[in-house]
Amino acid sequence: MKIFRDEIEHIALLARLSLSVEEKELFGSQLNSILEYMEKLKELDTKDIEPTSHVLSLLNVMRDDVPGYSIPREDALMNAPDSTDKFYRVPKIIE
Amino acid sequence: MKYEAVIGLEVHAQMLTDTKIFCGCSTKFGSEPNTQTCPVCIGMPGVLPVLNKKTLEFTIKTGLAMNCNIPSYSRFARKNYFYPDLPKGYQISQYELPICEYGYVEIVKDVDTIYVLNDGETKKIGITRIHMEEDAGKNIHESASSARGGGSGGGNYSFVDLNRAGVPLMEIVSEPDIRSPDEAVEYMKKLRTILRYLGVCDGNMEQGSLRCDANVSVKPAGQKEFGVKTEVKNLNSFKFVGKALDYEIRRQIKVLEDGGKVVQETRLWDSERGITESMRIKEEAHDYRYFPEPDLVPIVVDQRWLDEIRASLPELPDIKRKRFVSEYGLPEHDADLLTSEKSTAEFFEEAVKQGAHPKNTSNWIMTGVFNYLKEHDKKEISETLLKPIHLVNLSKLVETAEVSGTMAKTTILYEIFDTGKMPEEIVKEKGLVQISDTGEIEKAVDDVIAKHPKEFERFRAGEEKLIGFFVGQVMKMTRGKANPQMVNELLKKKLS
Repeated sequence: MKIFRDEIEHIALLARLSLSVEEKELFGSQLNSILEYMEKLKELDTKDIEPTSHVLSLLNVMRDDVPGYSIPREDALMNAPDSTDKFYRVPKIIE
Repeated sequence: MKYEAVIGLEVHAQMLTDTKIFCGCSTKFGSEPNTQTCPVCIGMPGVLPVLNKKTLEFTIKTGLAMNCNIPSYSRFARKNYFYPDLPKGYQISQYELPICEYGYVEIVKDVDTIYVLNDGETKKIGITRIHMEEDAGKNIHESASSARGGGSGGGNYSFVDLNRAGVPLMEIVSEPDIRSPDEAVEYMKKLRTILRYLGVCDGNMEQGSLRCDANVSVKPAGQKEFGVKTEVKNLNSFKFVGKALDYEIRRQIKVLEDGGKVVQETRLWDSERGITESMRIKEEAHDYRYFPEPDLVPIVVDQRWLDEIRASLPELPDIKRKRFVSEYGLPEHDADLLTSEKSTAEFFEEAVKQGAHPKNTSNWIMTGVFNYLKEHDKKEISETLLKPIHLVNLSKLVETAEVSGTMAKTTILYEIFDTGKMPEEIVKEKGLVQISDTGEIEKAVDDVIAKHPKEFERFRAGEEKLIGFFVGQVMKMTRGKANPQMVNELLKKKLS
Protein backbone atom coordinates (compact mmCIF):
# COMPACT_ATOMS: atom_id res chain seq x y z
CA MET A 1 0.00 0.00 0.00
CA LYS A 2 1.32 3.38 -0.94
CA ILE A 3 0.03 6.78 0.00
CA PHE A 4 -0.17 9.39 -2.70
CA ARG A 5 0.12 13.12 -2.85
CA ASP A 6 -3.65 13.75 -3.06
CA GLU A 7 -4.21 11.65 0.05
CA ILE A 8 -1.60 13.63 1.94
CA GLU A 9 -3.42 16.77 0.95
CA HIS A 10 -6.76 15.34 2.07
CA ILE A 11 -5.37 14.26 5.45
CA ALA A 12 -3.73 17.65 5.93
CA LEU A 13 -7.04 19.36 5.18
CA LEU A 14 -8.88 17.18 7.71
CA ALA A 15 -6.25 18.02 10.33
CA ARG A 16 -6.32 21.73 9.40
CA LEU A 17 -2.62 21.71 8.50
CA SER A 18 -1.22 23.72 5.67
CA LEU A 19 1.87 22.01 4.31
CA SER A 20 4.55 23.26 1.98
CA VAL A 21 5.50 21.20 -1.07
CA GLU A 22 8.61 19.96 0.73
CA GLU A 23 6.62 18.99 3.81
CA LYS A 24 4.17 17.07 1.69
CA GLU A 25 7.07 15.09 0.24
CA LEU A 26 8.65 14.53 3.64
CA PHE A 27 5.49 13.50 5.51
CA GLY A 28 4.40 11.43 2.54
CA SER A 29 7.51 9.32 2.67
CA GLN A 30 7.35 9.06 6.48
CA LEU A 31 3.73 7.92 6.38
CA ASN A 32 4.63 5.43 3.70
CA SER A 33 7.31 3.87 5.84
CA ILE A 34 4.78 3.53 8.69
CA LEU A 35 2.38 1.84 6.33
CA GLU A 36 5.13 -0.48 5.12
CA TYR A 37 5.75 -1.50 8.69
CA MET A 38 2.03 -2.21 9.10
CA GLU A 39 2.22 -4.40 6.03
CA LYS A 40 4.97 -6.33 7.72
CA LEU A 41 2.83 -6.76 10.87
CA LYS A 42 0.08 -8.14 8.71
CA GLU A 43 2.27 -11.15 7.99
CA LEU A 44 1.59 -12.39 11.52
CA ASP A 45 -1.12 -14.97 11.91
CA THR A 46 -3.72 -13.33 14.22
CA LYS A 47 -6.51 -15.76 13.50
CA ASP A 48 -7.03 -16.75 17.14
CA ILE A 49 -6.30 -13.40 18.72
CA GLU A 50 -9.03 -11.03 19.92
CA PRO A 51 -8.65 -7.52 18.49
CA THR A 52 -7.26 -5.14 21.08
CA SER A 53 -9.20 -1.95 21.62
CA HIS A 54 -7.45 -1.00 24.81
CA VAL A 55 -4.03 -1.66 26.27
CA LEU A 56 -5.28 -1.75 29.85
CA SER A 57 -7.10 -4.80 31.14
CA LEU A 58 -9.55 -2.61 33.08
CA LEU A 59 -13.29 -2.77 32.38
CA ASN A 60 -16.32 -0.76 33.45
CA VAL A 61 -14.63 2.21 35.05
CA MET A 62 -17.54 4.46 35.93
CA ARG A 63 -18.61 7.27 38.20
CA ASP A 64 -21.92 7.92 39.93
CA ASP A 65 -24.20 10.65 38.66
CA VAL A 66 -23.16 13.09 41.36
CA PRO A 67 -22.31 16.69 40.56
CA GLY A 68 -18.66 17.64 40.87
CA TYR A 69 -17.33 21.10 40.37
CA SER A 70 -17.26 23.33 37.33
CA ILE A 71 -14.68 26.01 36.83
CA PRO A 72 -15.38 29.76 36.88
CA ARG A 73 -16.25 31.21 33.50
CA GLU A 74 -13.23 33.54 33.50
CA ASP A 75 -10.97 30.51 33.88
CA ALA A 76 -12.72 28.63 31.12
CA LEU A 77 -12.48 31.52 28.69
CA MET A 78 -8.93 32.45 29.71
CA ASN A 79 -7.24 30.06 27.29
CA ALA A 80 -9.39 30.90 24.33
CA PRO A 81 -7.76 32.90 21.52
CA ASP A 82 -10.78 35.20 21.51
CA SER A 83 -13.79 35.68 23.77
CA THR A 84 -16.34 38.13 25.14
CA ASP A 85 -17.14 38.22 28.85
CA LYS A 86 -19.62 35.37 28.39
CA PHE A 87 -18.77 33.49 25.22
CA TYR A 88 -15.95 32.04 23.20
CA ARG A 89 -15.81 34.14 20.07
CA VAL A 90 -15.04 32.54 16.73
CA PRO A 91 -15.11 33.64 13.09
CA LYS A 92 -18.68 33.65 11.84
CA ILE A 93 -20.05 30.20 11.12
CA ILE A 94 -22.22 30.17 8.02
CA GLU A 95 -25.17 27.87 8.54
CA MET B 1 -46.14 6.68 -11.97
CA LYS B 2 -46.77 5.65 -8.39
CA TYR B 3 -43.99 6.09 -5.87
CA GLU B 4 -43.19 4.73 -2.47
CA ALA B 5 -41.19 6.54 0.19
CA VAL B 6 -38.51 4.89 2.30
CA ILE B 7 -37.70 6.63 5.59
CA GLY B 8 -35.31 5.95 8.42
CA LEU B 9 -34.94 8.19 11.45
CA GLU B 10 -31.95 9.06 13.61
CA VAL B 11 -33.20 10.33 16.92
CA HIS B 12 -31.09 12.01 19.58
CA ALA B 13 -32.50 11.88 23.09
CA GLN B 14 -30.93 13.88 25.87
CA MET B 15 -30.70 11.77 28.99
CA LEU B 16 -32.20 12.98 32.28
CA THR B 17 -29.06 12.81 34.37
CA ASP B 18 -27.84 15.42 36.83
CA THR B 19 -24.33 15.47 35.40
CA LYS B 20 -22.63 15.21 32.04
CA ILE B 21 -21.63 11.90 30.49
CA PHE B 22 -17.88 12.08 31.20
CA CYS B 23 -17.52 14.68 33.97
CA GLY B 24 -19.35 16.02 37.01
CA CYS B 25 -20.59 19.27 35.43
CA SER B 26 -24.30 20.00 35.77
CA THR B 27 -26.66 19.40 32.85
CA LYS B 28 -29.16 22.02 33.98
CA PHE B 29 -30.85 23.75 31.05
CA GLY B 30 -30.90 27.53 30.71
CA SER B 31 -27.96 28.48 32.93
CA GLU B 32 -25.66 31.40 32.20
CA PRO B 33 -23.41 30.58 29.23
CA ASN B 34 -20.12 28.80 29.94
CA THR B 35 -20.75 28.36 33.66
CA GLN B 36 -21.18 24.57 33.58
CA THR B 37 -17.85 23.45 32.17
CA CYS B 38 -14.62 21.93 33.41
CA PRO B 39 -11.29 20.87 31.91
CA VAL B 40 -12.81 17.52 30.79
CA CYS B 41 -15.72 18.91 28.78
CA ILE B 42 -13.80 21.83 27.29
CA GLY B 43 -11.06 19.54 26.08
CA MET B 44 -8.03 20.62 28.10
CA PRO B 45 -4.96 18.47 27.53
CA GLY B 46 -4.17 15.71 30.00
CA VAL B 47 -7.64 15.16 31.39
CA LEU B 48 -9.49 11.85 31.37
CA PRO B 49 -13.20 11.24 30.85
CA VAL B 50 -14.98 8.81 33.18
CA LEU B 51 -18.33 7.33 32.18
CA ASN B 52 -21.43 8.33 34.15
CA LYS B 53 -22.92 4.99 35.24
CA LYS B 54 -26.47 6.27 34.98
CA THR B 55 -26.11 6.99 31.26
CA LEU B 56 -25.18 3.36 30.68
CA GLU B 57 -28.13 2.14 32.75
CA PHE B 58 -30.50 4.51 30.95
CA THR B 59 -29.31 3.37 27.53
CA ILE B 60 -29.58 -0.31 28.44
CA LYS B 61 -33.07 0.31 29.86
CA THR B 62 -34.08 1.96 26.61
CA GLY B 63 -32.57 -0.87 24.59
CA LEU B 64 -34.48 -3.48 26.57
CA ALA B 65 -37.71 -1.50 26.28
CA MET B 66 -37.18 -1.38 22.51
CA ASN B 67 -36.54 -5.12 22.29
CA CYS B 68 -32.83 -4.77 21.54
CA ASN B 69 -30.05 -7.21 22.01
CA ILE B 70 -27.50 -5.95 24.57
CA PRO B 71 -24.10 -7.30 23.53
CA SER B 72 -21.90 -8.31 26.44
CA TYR B 73 -19.01 -6.21 25.13
CA SER B 74 -19.19 -2.60 24.03
CA ARG B 75 -16.83 0.33 23.62
CA PHE B 76 -16.57 3.99 22.74
CA ALA B 77 -15.10 5.50 19.60
CA ARG B 78 -13.79 8.86 18.53
CA LYS B 79 -15.54 10.66 15.73
CA ASN B 80 -13.08 13.23 14.44
CA TYR B 81 -14.10 16.55 12.94
CA PHE B 82 -13.52 20.24 13.54
CA TYR B 83 -16.29 22.59 14.55
CA PRO B 84 -16.26 25.46 17.04
CA ASP B 85 -18.81 23.79 19.33
CA LEU B 86 -16.64 20.68 19.64
CA PRO B 87 -13.73 21.62 21.89
CA LYS B 88 -11.72 18.40 21.65
CA GLY B 89 -11.79 18.19 17.86
CA TYR B 90 -13.60 14.86 18.23
CA GLN B 91 -16.84 13.63 19.67
CA ILE B 92 -16.82 10.61 21.95
CA SER B 93 -19.46 8.32 20.49
CA GLN B 94 -19.85 4.64 19.69
CA TYR B 95 -19.21 3.06 16.34
CA GLU B 96 -18.61 -0.65 15.78
CA LEU B 97 -19.79 -1.98 19.11
CA PRO B 98 -22.82 -0.02 20.30
CA ILE B 99 -24.50 -0.84 23.58
CA CYS B 100 -27.83 -1.90 21.98
CA GLU B 101 -28.57 -3.55 18.64
CA TYR B 102 -31.36 -5.08 16.56
CA GLY B 103 -34.57 -4.10 18.30
CA TYR B 104 -37.95 -2.79 17.25
CA VAL B 105 -40.88 -0.70 18.42
CA GLU B 106 -44.49 -1.21 17.42
CA ILE B 107 -46.57 1.58 15.98
CA VAL B 108 -50.24 1.62 15.16
CA LYS B 109 -50.46 1.15 11.43
CA ASP B 110 -51.56 4.02 9.23
CA VAL B 111 -52.87 6.54 11.70
CA ASP B 112 -55.33 8.10 9.27
CA THR B 113 -57.61 5.12 9.22
CA ILE B 114 -59.52 4.68 12.42
CA TYR B 115 -60.86 1.32 11.33
CA VAL B 116 -57.37 -0.13 11.29
CA LEU B 117 -56.72 1.47 14.64
CA ASN B 118 -59.74 -0.33 16.05
CA ASP B 119 -58.28 -3.62 14.94
CA GLY B 120 -55.23 -2.79 16.97
CA GLU B 121 -53.08 -3.75 14.02
CA THR B 122 -49.49 -2.73 14.57
CA LYS B 123 -46.35 -2.46 12.49
CA LYS B 124 -42.85 -3.13 13.71
CA ILE B 125 -40.22 -0.49 12.99
CA GLY B 126 -36.77 -1.98 13.33
CA ILE B 127 -34.16 -0.35 15.55
CA THR B 128 -30.70 -0.78 14.05
CA ARG B 129 -28.84 0.41 17.11
CA ILE B 130 -28.87 2.65 20.16
CA HIS B 131 -25.63 4.16 21.33
CA MET B 132 -24.33 6.68 23.85
CA GLU B 133 -22.50 9.84 22.94
CA GLU B 134 -21.73 13.34 24.16
CA ASP B 135 -23.54 16.41 22.91
CA ALA B 136 -21.67 19.36 21.38
CA GLY B 137 -21.89 22.95 22.60
CA LYS B 138 -24.20 25.60 21.23
CA ASN B 139 -23.32 28.16 18.58
CA ILE B 140 -24.98 31.52 18.70
CA HIS B 141 -24.79 33.64 15.61
CA GLU B 142 -24.30 37.33 15.43
CA SER B 143 -27.90 38.09 14.52
CA ALA B 144 -28.99 36.78 17.92
CA SER B 145 -27.76 40.04 19.38
CA SER B 146 -29.78 39.81 22.58
CA ALA B 147 -28.04 36.57 23.53
CA ARG B 148 -24.48 37.65 23.16
CA GLY B 149 -22.40 39.22 25.81
CA GLY B 150 -19.91 42.02 25.59
CA GLY B 151 -18.23 43.41 22.51
CA SER B 152 -20.12 43.54 19.29
CA GLY B 153 -18.46 41.97 16.30
CA GLY B 154 -20.26 43.76 13.48
CA GLY B 155 -21.67 40.51 12.10
CA ASN B 156 -18.32 38.81 11.63
CA TYR B 157 -18.45 36.48 14.62
CA SER B 158 -20.24 33.53 16.11
CA PHE B 159 -20.35 32.83 19.84
CA VAL B 160 -19.94 29.50 21.58
CA ASP B 161 -21.54 28.30 24.81
CA LEU B 162 -20.08 24.99 26.02
CA ASN B 163 -22.61 24.27 28.80
CA ARG B 164 -24.17 21.63 26.57
CA ALA B 165 -20.83 20.08 25.55
CA GLY B 166 -20.68 16.66 27.18
CA VAL B 167 -24.38 16.39 27.99
CA PRO B 168 -25.33 12.70 27.57
CA LEU B 169 -27.25 11.66 24.48
CA MET B 170 -28.68 8.44 23.21
CA GLU B 171 -28.78 8.07 19.47
CA ILE B 172 -31.58 5.78 18.34
CA VAL B 173 -31.23 4.71 14.72
CA SER B 174 -34.15 3.07 12.95
CA GLU B 175 -34.13 0.68 10.01
CA PRO B 176 -35.52 2.16 6.77
CA ASP B 177 -38.87 0.58 7.64
CA ILE B 178 -40.99 3.72 7.66
CA ARG B 179 -43.15 4.32 4.57
CA SER B 180 -45.00 7.58 5.15
CA PRO B 181 -44.71 10.87 7.05
CA ASP B 182 -47.61 9.73 9.26
CA GLU B 183 -45.76 6.57 10.20
CA ALA B 184 -42.66 8.63 10.96
CA VAL B 185 -44.63 10.87 13.32
CA GLU B 186 -46.25 7.85 14.94
CA TYR B 187 -42.83 6.25 15.41
CA MET B 188 -41.42 9.45 16.96
CA LYS B 189 -44.39 9.66 19.32
CA LYS B 190 -43.87 6.06 20.32
CA LEU B 191 -40.19 6.65 21.06
CA ARG B 192 -41.12 9.66 23.13
CA THR B 193 -43.74 7.72 25.06
CA ILE B 194 -41.29 4.92 25.85
CA LEU B 195 -38.51 7.34 26.85
CA ARG B 196 -40.88 9.18 29.16
CA TYR B 197 -42.21 5.95 30.69
CA LEU B 198 -38.63 4.98 31.47
CA GLY B 199 -37.85 8.44 32.84
CA VAL B 200 -34.66 8.59 30.79
CA CYS B 201 -35.56 11.65 28.67
CA ASP B 202 -38.16 14.38 29.07
CA GLY B 203 -39.01 14.21 25.36
CA ASN B 204 -39.22 17.97 24.93
CA MET B 205 -38.72 18.55 21.20
CA GLU B 206 -39.03 22.35 21.39
CA GLN B 207 -36.20 22.59 23.92
CA GLY B 208 -34.16 20.14 21.88
CA SER B 209 -34.01 17.28 24.35
CA LEU B 210 -35.49 15.08 21.61
CA ARG B 211 -34.17 15.75 18.10
CA CYS B 212 -34.75 14.02 14.82
CA ASP B 213 -32.93 13.72 11.50
CA ALA B 214 -34.52 11.75 8.68
CA ASN B 215 -33.09 9.78 5.79
CA VAL B 216 -35.57 9.83 2.93
CA SER B 217 -35.69 8.34 -0.53
CA VAL B 218 -38.39 7.48 -3.03
CA LYS B 219 -38.70 4.63 -5.53
CA PRO B 220 -41.30 3.50 -8.03
CA ALA B 221 -43.93 1.50 -6.11
CA GLY B 222 -43.02 -2.17 -6.03
CA GLN B 223 -39.36 -1.65 -6.95
CA LYS B 224 -37.01 -3.44 -4.62
CA GLU B 225 -33.92 -1.24 -4.70
CA PHE B 226 -34.03 1.95 -2.73
CA GLY B 227 -33.59 5.32 -4.44
CA VAL B 228 -30.91 7.89 -3.65
CA LYS B 229 -31.53 9.32 -0.20
CA THR B 230 -31.23 12.76 1.32
CA GLU B 231 -30.82 13.56 4.98
CA VAL B 232 -33.26 16.12 6.36
CA LYS B 233 -32.27 17.99 9.51
CA ASN B 234 -33.86 20.41 11.94
CA LEU B 235 -37.11 18.54 12.60
CA ASN B 236 -37.87 19.94 16.04
CA SER B 237 -41.55 19.13 16.47
CA PHE B 238 -43.88 16.28 15.54
CA LYS B 239 -45.68 18.61 13.16
CA PHE B 240 -42.45 19.49 11.36
CA VAL B 241 -41.41 15.84 11.07
CA GLY B 242 -44.62 15.19 9.15
CA LYS B 243 -44.51 18.36 7.08
CA ALA B 244 -40.83 18.21 6.19
CA LEU B 245 -41.03 14.57 5.11
CA ASP B 246 -44.15 15.23 3.06
CA TYR B 247 -42.39 18.12 1.35
CA GLU B 248 -39.18 16.19 0.75
CA ILE B 249 -40.97 13.14 -0.68
CA ARG B 250 -42.93 15.32 -3.11
CA ARG B 251 -39.78 17.21 -4.06
CA GLN B 252 -37.89 14.01 -4.86
CA ILE B 253 -40.79 12.63 -6.90
CA LYS B 254 -40.93 15.84 -8.89
CA VAL B 255 -37.19 15.67 -9.57
CA LEU B 256 -37.59 12.11 -10.90
CA GLU B 257 -40.73 12.95 -12.90
CA ASP B 258 -38.86 15.80 -14.55
CA GLY B 259 -36.25 13.32 -15.66
CA GLY B 260 -33.67 14.45 -13.10
CA LYS B 261 -31.74 12.60 -10.43
CA VAL B 262 -31.96 12.98 -6.66
CA VAL B 263 -28.63 14.14 -5.28
CA GLN B 264 -27.36 12.57 -2.08
CA GLU B 265 -27.05 15.53 0.29
CA THR B 266 -28.04 17.03 3.61
CA ARG B 267 -31.05 19.31 3.55
CA LEU B 268 -32.33 21.67 6.18
CA TRP B 269 -36.05 22.05 6.97
CA ASP B 270 -37.08 25.69 6.95
CA SER B 271 -40.28 25.76 8.99
CA GLU B 272 -41.12 29.33 8.12
CA ARG B 273 -41.09 28.75 4.40
CA GLY B 274 -42.22 25.13 4.67
CA ILE B 275 -39.44 23.77 2.44
CA THR B 276 -36.25 21.75 2.68
CA GLU B 277 -33.11 23.38 1.37
CA SER B 278 -29.74 22.05 0.40
CA MET B 279 -27.16 22.65 3.12
CA ARG B 280 -24.08 23.46 1.16
CA ILE B 281 -21.19 22.19 3.17
CA LYS B 282 -18.14 23.80 1.69
CA GLU B 283 -15.71 21.63 3.64
CA GLU B 284 -14.55 18.09 3.02
CA ALA B 285 -16.91 15.21 2.63
CA HIS B 286 -17.70 13.42 5.89
CA ASP B 287 -14.57 11.58 6.84
CA TYR B 288 -14.77 10.99 10.55
CA ARG B 289 -11.85 8.54 10.88
CA TYR B 290 -13.50 6.68 13.74
CA PHE B 291 -11.19 4.75 16.02
CA PRO B 292 -11.56 3.09 19.44
CA GLU B 293 -11.46 5.71 22.23
CA PRO B 294 -8.22 5.12 24.15
CA ASP B 295 -9.27 7.26 27.13
CA LEU B 296 -12.19 5.06 28.09
CA VAL B 297 -12.06 1.38 28.96
CA PRO B 298 -14.47 -1.12 27.39
CA ILE B 299 -17.86 -1.92 28.89
CA VAL B 300 -18.87 -5.43 29.80
CA VAL B 301 -22.48 -5.98 30.81
CA ASP B 302 -22.97 -9.25 32.64
CA GLN B 303 -26.19 -11.21 32.78
CA ARG B 304 -26.86 -10.41 36.42
CA TRP B 305 -26.75 -6.68 35.89
CA LEU B 306 -28.86 -7.02 32.78
CA ASP B 307 -31.47 -9.01 34.73
CA GLU B 308 -31.47 -6.36 37.45
CA ILE B 309 -32.09 -3.59 34.94
CA ARG B 310 -34.77 -5.64 33.20
CA ALA B 311 -36.54 -6.17 36.51
CA SER B 312 -36.54 -2.42 37.13
CA LEU B 313 -38.44 -1.62 33.92
CA PRO B 314 -41.94 -0.22 34.41
CA GLU B 315 -44.92 -1.70 32.61
CA LEU B 316 -44.35 -0.50 29.05
CA PRO B 317 -46.96 1.36 26.98
CA ASP B 318 -47.74 -1.51 24.57
CA ILE B 319 -48.33 -3.95 27.38
CA LYS B 320 -50.35 -1.41 29.33
CA ARG B 321 -52.43 -0.66 26.26
CA LYS B 322 -53.26 -4.31 25.69
CA ARG B 323 -54.05 -4.75 29.38
CA PHE B 324 -56.39 -1.74 29.36
CA VAL B 325 -58.30 -3.37 26.51
CA SER B 326 -58.55 -6.77 28.15
CA GLU B 327 -58.94 -5.70 31.77
CA TYR B 328 -61.25 -2.70 31.42
CA GLY B 329 -62.94 -3.52 28.13
CA LEU B 330 -61.80 -0.24 26.58
CA PRO B 331 -61.71 0.23 22.80
CA GLU B 332 -58.20 0.07 21.34
CA HIS B 333 -58.39 3.78 20.48
CA ASP B 334 -59.09 4.75 24.12
CA ALA B 335 -56.38 2.48 25.46
CA ASP B 336 -53.88 3.93 23.01
CA LEU B 337 -54.61 7.53 24.02
CA LEU B 338 -54.76 6.84 27.75
CA THR B 339 -51.42 5.02 27.78
CA SER B 340 -49.49 7.55 25.70
CA GLU B 341 -48.49 9.29 28.93
CA LYS B 342 -47.66 7.22 31.98
CA SER B 343 -49.15 9.80 34.34
CA THR B 344 -52.47 9.79 32.43
CA ALA B 345 -52.61 5.99 32.48
CA GLU B 346 -51.92 5.95 36.20
CA PHE B 347 -54.56 8.58 36.86
CA PHE B 348 -57.12 6.58 34.91
CA GLU B 349 -56.26 3.37 36.66
CA GLU B 350 -56.34 4.96 40.10
CA ALA B 351 -59.86 6.27 39.45
CA VAL B 352 -61.08 2.93 38.11
CA LYS B 353 -59.53 0.98 40.98
CA GLN B 354 -61.51 3.17 43.38
CA GLY B 355 -64.71 2.31 41.56
CA ALA B 356 -65.07 4.71 38.64
CA HIS B 357 -66.74 3.35 35.50
CA PRO B 358 -63.90 2.61 33.03
CA LYS B 359 -65.51 3.80 29.80
CA ASN B 360 -67.03 6.92 31.37
CA THR B 361 -63.71 7.76 32.97
CA SER B 362 -61.93 7.20 29.68
CA ASN B 363 -64.38 9.51 27.90
CA TRP B 364 -63.95 12.22 30.49
CA ILE B 365 -60.18 12.05 30.24
CA MET B 366 -60.05 11.92 26.44
CA THR B 367 -62.45 14.82 25.93
CA GLY B 368 -62.97 17.00 28.99
CA VAL B 369 -59.54 16.60 30.55
CA PHE B 370 -57.49 16.72 27.35
CA ASN B 371 -59.45 19.74 26.12
CA TYR B 372 -58.94 21.50 29.41
CA LEU B 373 -55.20 20.83 29.35
CA LYS B 374 -54.96 22.10 25.80
CA GLU B 375 -57.00 25.23 26.49
CA HIS B 376 -54.96 26.06 29.56
CA ASP B 377 -51.61 25.16 28.05
CA LYS B 378 -50.90 22.47 30.64
CA LYS B 379 -49.15 19.18 29.95
CA GLU B 380 -50.25 16.88 32.74
CA ILE B 381 -53.33 16.26 34.86
CA SER B 382 -51.23 16.75 37.97
CA GLU B 383 -51.00 20.44 37.07
CA THR B 384 -54.76 20.78 37.62
CA LEU B 385 -57.02 20.47 40.66
CA LEU B 386 -58.53 17.24 39.32
CA LYS B 387 -57.88 14.10 41.40
CA PRO B 388 -58.94 10.52 40.68
CA ILE B 389 -61.49 10.66 43.51
CA HIS B 390 -63.38 13.39 41.63
CA LEU B 391 -63.99 11.01 38.75
CA VAL B 392 -64.90 8.19 41.12
CA ASN B 393 -67.63 10.31 42.69
CA LEU B 394 -68.70 11.74 39.36
CA SER B 395 -69.02 8.23 38.04
CA LYS B 396 -71.32 7.29 40.94
CA LEU B 397 -73.54 10.31 40.28
CA VAL B 398 -73.96 9.29 36.65
CA GLU B 399 -74.52 5.62 37.41
CA THR B 400 -77.25 6.41 39.94
CA ALA B 401 -78.74 8.81 37.38
CA GLU B 402 -78.45 11.73 39.77
CA VAL B 403 -76.89 13.75 36.97
CA SER B 404 -76.88 13.24 33.22
CA GLY B 405 -73.76 12.21 31.36
CA THR B 406 -73.79 15.49 29.46
CA MET B 407 -73.98 17.47 32.67
CA ALA B 408 -71.11 15.41 34.10
CA LYS B 409 -68.70 15.93 31.23
CA THR B 410 -69.42 19.62 30.74
CA THR B 411 -70.58 21.72 33.66
CA ILE B 412 -69.44 19.54 36.55
CA LEU B 413 -66.04 18.55 35.14
CA TYR B 414 -65.22 22.15 34.34
CA GLU B 415 -66.35 23.28 37.77
CA ILE B 416 -63.99 20.72 39.31
CA PHE B 417 -61.11 22.12 37.27
CA ASP B 418 -61.93 25.63 38.42
CA THR B 419 -62.59 24.96 42.09
CA GLY B 420 -61.36 21.46 42.97
CA LYS B 421 -64.70 20.84 44.70
CA MET B 422 -66.24 17.39 44.89
CA PRO B 423 -68.87 16.66 42.22
CA GLU B 424 -71.69 16.03 44.73
CA GLU B 425 -70.94 19.39 46.32
CA ILE B 426 -71.11 21.11 42.94
CA VAL B 427 -74.39 19.38 42.12
CA LYS B 428 -75.90 20.54 45.39
CA GLU B 429 -74.61 24.10 45.11
CA LYS B 430 -75.71 24.62 41.54
CA GLY B 431 -78.88 22.63 41.74
CA LEU B 432 -77.84 20.28 38.97
CA VAL B 433 -79.69 17.20 40.16
CA GLN B 434 -81.13 15.39 37.20
CA ILE B 435 -84.87 15.58 36.81
CA SER B 436 -86.20 12.05 36.62
CA ASP B 437 -89.69 12.96 37.70
CA THR B 438 -92.05 11.97 34.89
CA GLY B 439 -94.54 14.69 35.66
CA GLU B 440 -91.98 17.45 35.53
CA ILE B 441 -90.43 16.24 32.32
CA GLU B 442 -93.80 15.70 30.73
CA LYS B 443 -94.70 19.28 31.48
CA ALA B 444 -91.53 20.49 29.81
CA VAL B 445 -92.21 18.29 26.78
CA ASP B 446 -95.74 19.65 26.45
CA ASP B 447 -94.48 23.21 26.72
CA VAL B 448 -91.92 22.65 23.98
CA ILE B 449 -94.44 21.07 21.65
CA ALA B 450 -96.84 23.94 22.28
CA LYS B 451 -94.14 26.46 21.48
CA HIS B 452 -93.12 24.80 18.21
CA PRO B 453 -96.28 23.79 16.37
CA LYS B 454 -94.62 24.01 12.93
CA GLU B 455 -91.85 21.60 13.81
CA PHE B 456 -94.41 19.36 15.44
CA GLU B 457 -96.38 19.19 12.19
CA ARG B 458 -93.26 18.47 10.15
CA PHE B 459 -92.32 15.72 12.51
CA ARG B 460 -95.73 14.15 12.23
CA ALA B 461 -95.44 14.36 8.45
CA GLY B 462 -92.45 12.04 8.70
CA GLU B 463 -89.41 14.26 9.31
CA GLU B 464 -88.10 12.02 12.04
CA LYS B 465 -84.76 13.66 12.52
CA LEU B 466 -86.57 16.53 14.24
CA ILE B 467 -86.63 14.42 17.41
CA GLY B 468 -83.17 15.78 18.08
CA PHE B 469 -84.50 19.30 17.91
CA PHE B 470 -87.19 18.56 20.45
CA VAL B 471 -84.79 16.81 22.83
CA GLY B 472 -82.52 19.83 22.58
CA GLN B 473 -85.35 22.23 23.38
CA VAL B 474 -86.46 20.22 26.40
CA MET B 475 -82.89 20.06 27.70
CA LYS B 476 -82.57 23.77 27.19
CA MET B 477 -85.76 24.45 29.06
CA THR B 478 -84.63 22.29 32.00
CA ARG B 479 -81.14 23.76 31.89
CA GLY B 480 -79.69 20.38 31.00
CA LYS B 481 -81.11 18.68 34.03
CA ALA B 482 -83.76 16.47 32.46
CA ASN B 483 -82.90 12.80 32.19
CA PRO B 484 -82.24 12.56 28.43
CA GLN B 485 -83.43 9.00 28.16
CA MET B 486 -86.75 9.84 29.73
CA VAL B 487 -87.09 12.90 27.53
CA ASN B 488 -86.54 10.72 24.50
CA GLU B 489 -89.13 8.16 25.56
CA LEU B 490 -91.72 10.75 26.47
CA LEU B 491 -91.19 12.65 23.24
CA LYS B 492 -91.57 9.51 21.17
CA LYS B 493 -94.81 8.75 22.94
CA LYS B 494 -96.16 12.29 22.53
CA LEU B 495 -95.10 12.74 18.95
CA SER B 496 -96.41 9.51 17.53
